[in-house]
Amino acid sequence: MWEIGLLVLVPVLAYLFGTITERNHYRSLAHRERHLVRLPICDDPHSLTTLYPPPSSRLVMGSVVVTLDLFKRVVASLANRLLGRVESYEALLDRARREALLRMKSEALRLDAALVCNVRLETAHVFQGWRGAPSAVEVLAYGTALIPAERTRTAPAASGPVLAPPRRPLARPTSRPALNP
Amino acid sequence: MLITNLENVPGQRIMKSLGMVRGQALQDSHWMTRLLSGLHRVLGGELAHYSALLRRSREKALAHMEVEARAMGANAVLNVRFSALAVVGGRARLSVLGTAVVLE
Repeated sequence: MWEIGLLVLVPVLAYLFGTITERNHYRSLAHRERHLVRLPICDDPHSLTTLYPPPSSRLVMGSVVVTLDLFKRVVASLANRLLGRVESYEALLDRARREALLRMKSEALRLDAALVCNVRLETAHVFQGWRGAPSAVEVLAYGTALIPAERTRTAPAASGPVLAPPRRPLARPTSRPALNP
Repeated sequence: MLITNLENVPGQRIMKSLGMVRGQALQDSHWMTRLLSGLHRVLGGELAHYSALLRRSREKALAHMEVEARAMGANAVLNVRFSALAVVGGRARLSVLGTAVVLE
């Protein structure tokens, strides 16, 4: 009898915990996004970097591994066969992307960056679960943080992998013209 | 050393391109953390151990790439891309690619 109880109880608990975790995560994402909205990011590799030539630039990244709870995972992999769209995975990927971008942004803000350019998002399936359905996803967001000259002096010392400021900042115009000279 | 995912550095000319450099990392995790993460996967949410594992291995791969670029005599690595992530049995393997150049 207790085996049946366990079979019912575990998915129910997983569903409850998973739903609560998801709701809290969304709430925390919305809260942090409001705080970090002052740091602009863009995915353009060219124009803005010439508009704002960096005396110091640094690779910043943020990544997160998130997973669905057991109940939603099983339901999603069943729904995968029957229906086209799997909403729980959409929510999972949405959470992962937003979290990764936020982590990247907060790393950039620690360096006093004014802008993060050339932002790229990469998604990978970390575990291949039951019936080939991914059970956890990893999203990595990375980009180049541009730190204005007047702020580099106050920026903290290099903690991650990377970078000395160029020896001659703003020495020579690049071959690529700026958008707004 | 300048490491960036931009294709060129504004205000600096590329004097010489030395070709592609690569950094690879293979990072293992403790069986206990694997077990705890396995339990955590039932409840859902962030797997903090794996997030940390992948972050560490990415930093390691970047460091390896930097060493390789330095050995080639480069002073910058441009157009950095992360690729080929695989997690098999709690072991993370990933690589990072870039172009080693000499800036003026």
